[in-house]
Amino acid sequence: MNRPETLATLRVNGAEVRVSSPPGRRLSEVLREELRLQGTKVGCDAGDCGACTVLLDGAPVCACLTPLAQALGRAITTVEGLSAEGLSRLQEAFLRHGAAQCGICTPGMLMAASAVLAVTPRPTRAEAEAALGGVLCRCTGYARILDAVCDVAPGPEPLRPVAGAAVGAAVERLDGRPKVTGAERFGADGAPVDALLVRAVRAPHAAARFAFGDLAGWAAARGVRVLTAADIQGENRFGVIPPFADQPALAEAETRFRGEAVALVVGEAATVAGLDLSAFPVVWHPGAPVTDPAGAAAARPIHAGRPGNLLTAGRVVTGGAAAALAASAHVVEGAVETGFVEHAYIEPEAGWAEIAPDGTLVIHACTQAPVMDRDDTARVLGLPPARVRIVPTAVGGGFGSKLDLSLQPLIGLAALATGRPCRMVYDRAESMMSTTKRHPARLTARIGCDAGGWLTGMEFDGLFDTGAYASWGPTVANRVPVHASGPYRMPAYRAETRAIHTNNPVAGAFRGFGVPQAAILQETLFDRLAEAAGLDPLDFRLRNALRDGDRSVCGQEMRGVGIAQCLTALAPRWRAARAEAAAFNAGSTVVKRGAGLASCWYGCGNTALPNPSTVRLGITREGRLWLHQGATDIGQGSNTVIAQLAADALGVALGDIGLIGPDTALTPDCGKTSASRQTVVTGKAAVLAGRALRAAILARANRGDDAALRFDGGRLVVRDGQGETVLDLGTLPEIAHGYVLLAEETYDPPTAPLDADGQGRPYAVYGYGAQLAEVEVDTELGTVRVIRITAAHDVGRVVNPTLAEGQVQGGIAQGLGLALMEEYLPGRTENLHDYLIPTTGDMPEIETILVEVPDPEGPMGAKGLGEHALIPTAPAILNAIAHATGARITRVPALPHRVLAAVRAAGRGP
Amino acid sequence: MAPYLRPRTLAEALEALAGGGLRVAAGCTDLFPATRGPGLSGGILDITAIEGLRGIGESAAGWRIGATTSWAEIARAGLPPGFDGLRAAAREVGSVQVQTAGTVGGNLVNASPAADGAPCWLVLDAEVELASHRGTRRLAVADFLTGPRQTARAADELLTAIHVPRAAGAGQGAFLKLGARRYLVISIAMAAVRLDIQAGRVAHAALAVGACSATARRLPDAEAALRGRRADAGLADAITAGIVARALAPIDDHRAPAAYRTRAALTLLRRAVAGLCAERAVA
Ligand SMILES: Cc1cc2nc3c(=O)[nH]c(=O)nc-3n(C[C@H](O)[C@H](O)[C@H](O)COP(=O)(O)OP(=O)(O)OC[C@H]3O[C@@H](n4cnc5c(N)ncnc54)[C@H](O)[C@@H]3O)c2cc1C
Ligand code: FES
Ligand code: FES
Repeated sequence: MNRPETLATLRVNGAEVRVSSPPGRRLSEVLREELRLQGTKVGCDAGDCGACTVLLDGAPVCACLTPLAQALGRAITTVEGLSAEGLSRLQEAFLRHGAAQCGICTPGMLMAASAVLAVTPRPTRAEAEAALGGVLCRCTGYARILDAVCDVAPGPEPLRPVAGAAVGAAVERLDGRPKVTGAERFGADGAPVDALLVRAVRAPHAAARFAFGDLAGWAAARGVRVLTAADIQGENRFGVIPPFADQPALAEAETRFRGEAVALVVGEAATVAGLDLSAFPVVWHPGAPVTDPAGAAAARPIHAGRPGNLLTAGRVVTGGAAAALAASAHVVEGAVETGFVEHAYIEPEAGWAEIAPDGTLVIHACTQAPVMDRDDTARVLGLPPARVRIVPTAVGGGFGSKLDLSLQPLIGLAALATGRPCRMVYDRAESMMSTTKRHPARLTARIGCDAGGWLTGMEFDGLFDTGAYASWGPTVANRVPVHASGPYRMPAYRAETRAIHTNNPVAGAFRGFGVPQAAILQETLFDRLAEAAGLDPLDFRLRNALRDGDRSVCGQEMRGVGIAQCLTALAPRWRAARAEAAAFNAGSTVVKRGAGLASCWYGCGNTALPNPSTVRLGITREGRLWLHQGATDIGQGSNTVIAQLAADALGVALGDIGLIGPDTALTPDCGKTSASRQTVVTGKAAVLAGRALRAAILARANRGDDAALRFDGGRLVVRDGQGETVLDLGTLPEIAHGYVLLAEETYDPPTAPLDADGQGRPYAVYGYGAQLAEVEVDTELGTVRVIRITAAHDVGRVVNPTLAEGQVQGGIAQGLGLALMEEYLPGRTENLHDYLIPTTGDMPEIETILVEVPDPEGPMGAKGLGEHALIPTAPAILNAIAHATGARITRVPALPHRVLAAVRAAGRGP
Repeated sequence: MAPYLRPRTLAEALEALAGGGLRVAAGCTDLFPATRGPGLSGGILDITAIEGLRGIGESAAGWRIGATTSWAEIARAGLPPGFDGLRAAAREVGSVQVQTAGTVGGNLVNASPAADGAPCWLVLDAEVELASHRGTRRLAVADFLTGPRQTARAADELLTAIHVPRAAGAGQGAFLKLGARRYLVISIAMAAVRLDIQAGRVAHAALAVGACSATARRLPDAEAALRGRRADAGLADAITAGIVARALAPIDDHRAPAAYRTRAALTLLRRAVAGLCAERAVA
């Protein structure tokens, strides 16, 4: 009975395969590592994310919770088994509905869905929600996944827009297929089989000094290498904003937050994977951590040279806010507190590094910012940037956190030290502990209006806990005062922010850079101000909405402003929702309904700093057109959107375009995927490159502006009203990069620096939006169910409606999490069962209204959207709770006990 | 290398367990989340291949639910309405994936204060059957669960089954769970209720609350307050805040403060009772 005798064979996707893993090994490990079936994903190793879902005899299980022994003799189905000849209907439906964004959850979703579909071929929405409730998705808000599962019958043929018709078409994402087949390669996939495994030893304390014991002895006894800061050849300091770079890749003598890495263990995977690192020879001397940002100014400095633990302060001042408020008919005042929020992408940081034959260090890892990674990694490792190449893998969600370096210098160091390919995969706890978070904020504000309900002035003070290292703290401190007014005319304004160091997790970029926190306060105060002025909340906002030609609080003259259009688009549902809530409440004592509104605006790109993108388009002798697209697609769709813009600018069919990159060796710098800048900035560069290439072609063919282009094998046919020119590409001389026709264009949005009062032109393009949340509050339990969200977003020009709606739905899911359930507590919620993100069953019905007020600067009028969608959700929900119950929530997340306390404080509980 | 045993008979399993040095593994949905690394380490006794430990049997004395019966099997099982709370809980444990693998025995032996099964077994007057090479004994679930992550199980014992006496199958059961999200959520509080209503009055009431004390608890005073009353819309109000508060000892944690838990428990109990009365009214 010792070993089940069948141990050696496993039935996977109908085939018998031999395995030699030990019987207690996780099935997910056996599939991925031994059988190299890497379509099955691992997001947590704890049953919490469902990414590893496979079928055992048709029933869904988490492969990470299944010991190999229990899978023997049973039929195992993985995502690789779903498509035989072509894609299954379910996979087609996923593509058609745009159900995969980053795609890391897709295999698990497909498997859970196929289990229910086998029993219930046409599931109801509720049945689909229950069946998929065990698989988390952080990108989509589930809407399109559920749509796909409920609609697997073959649909219409995918759109194939002709030349000039790509922009605006709901084309399937160009990188979608591998996401639904399981072929997509994320950071943890595809490393060479013989790669060494790297693991990090991390600080268990928030603040500590440490000393190593006998590293050599420990390493020798286990047959591994140990690397520490002493092995780092370059400058052991990185950071996304070079003047503030302060974070060591491996700490030296002192650690400043829980989870900071101090050493690496490198060796054969079989040895390193199971090593007990708690026995690692390091002695910790914990110190008293600074954990309260409010007290940090008086506490011990965490970094030399940053007195008062102040990282940076931000400020925007215009008019005389104090005097304006003193003279106002109505003034409201309030405070809001928010906590750390974890990005909780389903793909923990992962990647591998290898030394290319020419000596270049090549790093394959999930990232949002390949060129920044290259430069920072090179600096840490003491290499010239040209000796480092970053090849981003597919990214299983980023949302801002994968802008910062994580494991890149660590695997790079290991590869340099060993000369072997080295891989590293963060486990869930490690990912949550060591990477950045949304800044916790303590905000206060006073806002006034006159007797007619016209805004008079606003004072805003924001204290942001930026944690142990700088990361994007300066960006948050600078972006918030620019945005804290909301998209409204605010004649007098003083907004001040401080980013303060503590020994808490590093706070960095998270969808919105502090603006979502500020909007919670401003938009909830607006409801109170409207009430004071006796105005309907929608009318109040509309009255004060910025219009074309108005000046923002930075003194910028605004163009292409679409907030009024967004608010107006919500008006019909707004009136109906308020009336329906009143009718419902008349007949219900315990459960109360309410409807709430909130707006957003968001400047696209860096705040008053250059952030260029460069796009290259080239045509080979063979007649292949390549788009060098250096913007990392983290699921938001830039691979598709940039190509759509380029296709229309050039005047070719989308299908003619081949995609290259991103890869720092192959694609020019398109900057980072953040600040909702890729559609606007890289998109504009793509439009410029498309136009330039078109101009070059027309000049060579001597044809007019209206000419149509057609590829015909190695020939390019250019036809206008006068006739046709055939360019024989094979005979043209190569210009560069193997291309005979080539254009490369750079676009940097025109901004102007801000003066000491924050006056200037911080962004070239803004996007706008407004959302209406309808909620149901259980006044005995304090639970909140969001029933419906109507979201109107001005995107300037819709490049791809499917992708745009996907961004809105996903942003709403994250906003709902921020409002109702998400709070990261170091040491207590370092997993996905204590840190809760919305599941299928928590999402409301979402209606998206895409508004198009073209931006004069944006590519073909387009504006950014990625971050906007998250900003109004939380304040709209809080306003709806207040409407339902009178409860004013000032601390998010609005956990049931907080809501109940607020309901009772409002005197409205039963 | 540490052994991984997967016997087919109970006798083999008990013999192996007598030797010591082994951890029992069933659905592994509690074991694996507590494991860092690629596989279970140390000696393992996997009991999922033992035929006799799985499934539900019925006799004159009552029901015997094998320890490795999964939550999915409970949810599908043809059991009388007294078990409706248990079946509802089965559909609330984690996710479909967790319900496929997770077992009723593992849930009890793991002894989380938030184990959704525990209050359901309590209102079913259930007993666990513990077997070892020394013999077999039975223990009330309330006596088996001795604290958070603590049970009366001896190291060489296997939980082989859960027994529900015939009398406890009577009436109608209900289960309500409160968490901060819909699926995959650890309970902030949950309540299990079983009411046997005869001629419009409560002949027997069994109430239990989980996640509000070190182990799930019955509420005998609340049960006494219900007994003999009319099963109408006003019945639930007989459960008072004072009775509930006295019966529980919740903790403060990041999910909720203690005082909230007590209030929530009261609300859940009342709703479960009111729900059963209302169901009866329409039936
Ligand atoms: C994502 C996720 C969500 C979850 N959600 C919930 C939830 O909502 N509610 C809830 O109550 N639980 C939940 N759980 C916990 C778990 O699924 C249940 O407790 C499950 O019933 C445990 O059973 P198992 O067979 O998987 O136990 P195992 O993991 O196999 O074992 C658990 C413990 O019991 C011991 N053991 C198991 N069987 C026996 C036996 N027969 N005799 C002696 N010892 C034994 C094992 O040694 C181990 O210590 C969740 C787990 C996960 C991973
Ligand atoms: S990896 Fe298995 S559930 Fe997350
Ligand atoms: S698409 Fe679901 S996690 Fe990214």
